[in-house]
Amino acid sequence: MALQSLDIKRRSATTTPMPSERDAVVGGGVAKLIDTTKCIGCKACQVACMEWNDVRDEIGSNVGVYDNPMDLTENSWTVMRFSEYENDAGDLEWLIRKDGCMHCEDPGCLKACPSPGAIVQYNNGIVDFHQENCIGCGYCITGCPFDIPRISKKDNKVYKCTLCSDRVAVGQEPACVKTCPTGAIVFGTKEDMIKHADDRVVDLKSRGFDNAGLYDPAGVGGTHVMYVLHHADKPGLYNELPKDPAISPMVSLWKGMAKPLGVAAMALTALAGFFHYIRVGPNEVDEEDERRAADESQRESEATHE
Amino acid sequence: MNDVKKTRLIERYTPGERANHWIVAIAFIVLALSGLALFHPAFYWLTNLFGGGTWTRILHPFVGVFMFLLFFILAVRMFRHNKMDRNDRQWLRQFDDVVNNREDRLPEVGRYNAGQKVLYFALIVLMLGLLLTGIVMWREFFGLYFSLWLIQLASVLHAIFAFVMICAIIVHIYAGFWVKGSVRAMTRGTVTPGWAWKHHRAWFRQVRGAPSRK
Repeated sequence: MALQSLDIKRRSATTTPMPSERDAVVGGGVAKLIDTTKCIGCKACQVACMEWNDVRDEIGSNVGVYDNPMDLTENSWTVMRFSEYENDAGDLEWLIRKDGCMHCEDPGCLKACPSPGAIVQYNNGIVDFHQENCIGCGYCITGCPFDIPRISKKDNKVYKCTLCSDRVAVGQEPACVKTCPTGAIVFGTKEDMIKHADDRVVDLKSRGFDNAGLYDPAGVGGTHVMYVLHHADKPGLYNELPKDPAISPMVSLWKGMAKPLGVAAMALTALAGFFHYIRVGPNEVDEEDERRAADESQRESEATHE
Repeated sequence: MNDVKKTRLIERYTPGERANHWIVAIAFIVLALSGLALFHPAFYWLTNLFGGGTWTRILHPFVGVFMFLLFFILAVRMFRHNKMDRNDRQWLRQFDDVVNNREDRLPEVGRYNAGQKVLYFALIVLMLGLLLTGIVMWREFFGLYFSLWLIQLASVLHAIFAFVMICAIIVHIYAGFWVKGSVRAMTRGTVTPGWAWKHHRAWFRQVRGAPSRK
C-alpha cells in the first residue's frame, strides 16, 4: 500500500524515531475481532479479500478437506482453517479459524526486515508491507511468529494481509469484516473489541464453554487481530494457533544485540590494529637481516661446492 | 657472483596462487560490503554499490558460493604447509613477543607461522559455516526445504560467523601491512632473502637447500 498516512509509528531498518508529534490514536488503535464461535466457514471473507485487493490464486484441486486453498499464499492473504476436535464428552466440534496476519503490536517481520521502509506500522497498529521497498530476502518470514508472510514466485516480493489499510485510512472497515454474513468478524478500536469479546466470553461460558476467552497474546505485545475462542486454554486446537507466540530469541539476538556488538567488534579490531602500529610500529627487515641471509646462503653454496 | 645471489629474490607464491588469493579477496570484499548492508541499517547505503537492495540480495549468495569454491581450491593448495606442530604452540604462547616485534626470541618458523595457521583453520571453519547457513537462508531457492526454526538459527549464526570472519580478515590485512615486505609476496610473488630469513627461517633454509640447524 502506498503512503496514504504519515502516521507511521515504526519503520523497518530505521534506527531513529518516526515523525511522532501527530499522535491522535484513540482506543488503543484499531482491531479486528474474529469470533471463531460464530464462524460458519463460508469463506466469504476469502472472496472479499481477493476482490478488494485484486489478488487471484491459482485454482487448486480438492484434497478431501474443506481448507481451500490449503495454505496462505502471496495471493491468498486469508484462509479458513478447519479442524475436527472431539471434546471430553465425546462430541465432535468443528473449529474453524480465519487465518491471516495478526498485526502484532511488536511485529517480528518488521524487526527482521533489513530494507528501510519495506515494513511499517501505523499509529493505529496496522502492520503494512510496502512492496516497492521490498528486496525479497524473506527475513520477514523468518521473523514472523505466526508464519504469515508469503514470497511471490513472480516478483520475489512478500505479501500478506494489509488489514485493508487503504479502506481503514478512509474510515471503512476491512473487506472481510464488511462481508461476513454472521457477524463473526467485527472491527473497531482495540478497546471496544476487547469489550465486545468480553461480552461474548460471558455468553459462551453461560453455554458451557468454561474455557472460552480472548486471544490477544502478550508475547508479541498484543495483536490488532484477535480471536474469541471456545477453548482459549488450548489455542493449538485451532490448527496450531501458537499458545504463547513471541519473537524467537534467535531473531531477537540476530536483530538486537548482534548488531551493535558485531559492529563494535569490527571497529575495535580495526582500531586495535591502528594503535598497535602507532605504539609498536612496523616489523621491518633491515640491511643486517639481508646480510646475514646472504652470508648463510653463501656458506651453504660453498659447502655444496667443496 | 655474490652480488647476483644477494639480490636474488625468493619466490613465495606462483602467479596461479596469487590470482587465486586475489579472486577470493575481491569476492570477500564484495560479500562483506553487501552482507553488512543487509545486516545493519547504518550500512544499508552500501546496497548502492551493487545496484540497489534487490540486486544486493540477489548477488550476495551467488558471490558467496563462488568465494567458497575458490577458497576451497586455495585451501587445498596450502594444506600441507599449515599443519600445527610443537614449535607453533610455543610461538602462540609467546604471543607477547610476536606483537612486540621481538621475533628473535621466537622458535624458527617454516613457510607459515602459527598465527597464519590459526587463520587458515579458522577460515576453513568460517567458510564452511557461512556456506551451510547461507544456503539455509537462501529463500529464493531453498526456502521450502528448511524449517522456520532452522532458518532462524542459520540467520543468527550466519551473522556471527560473518563478523568473526571480518575481524579475522582485518587482522590478516593488518598483519600484511605491519610486517613490511609481506604484501609483495602476494602481489609480485617474491620476497627478499632477508625477509624469509627473519620471518620464516626454517622455510628460508628449506628453499636454499640448507640442512636445518635447530
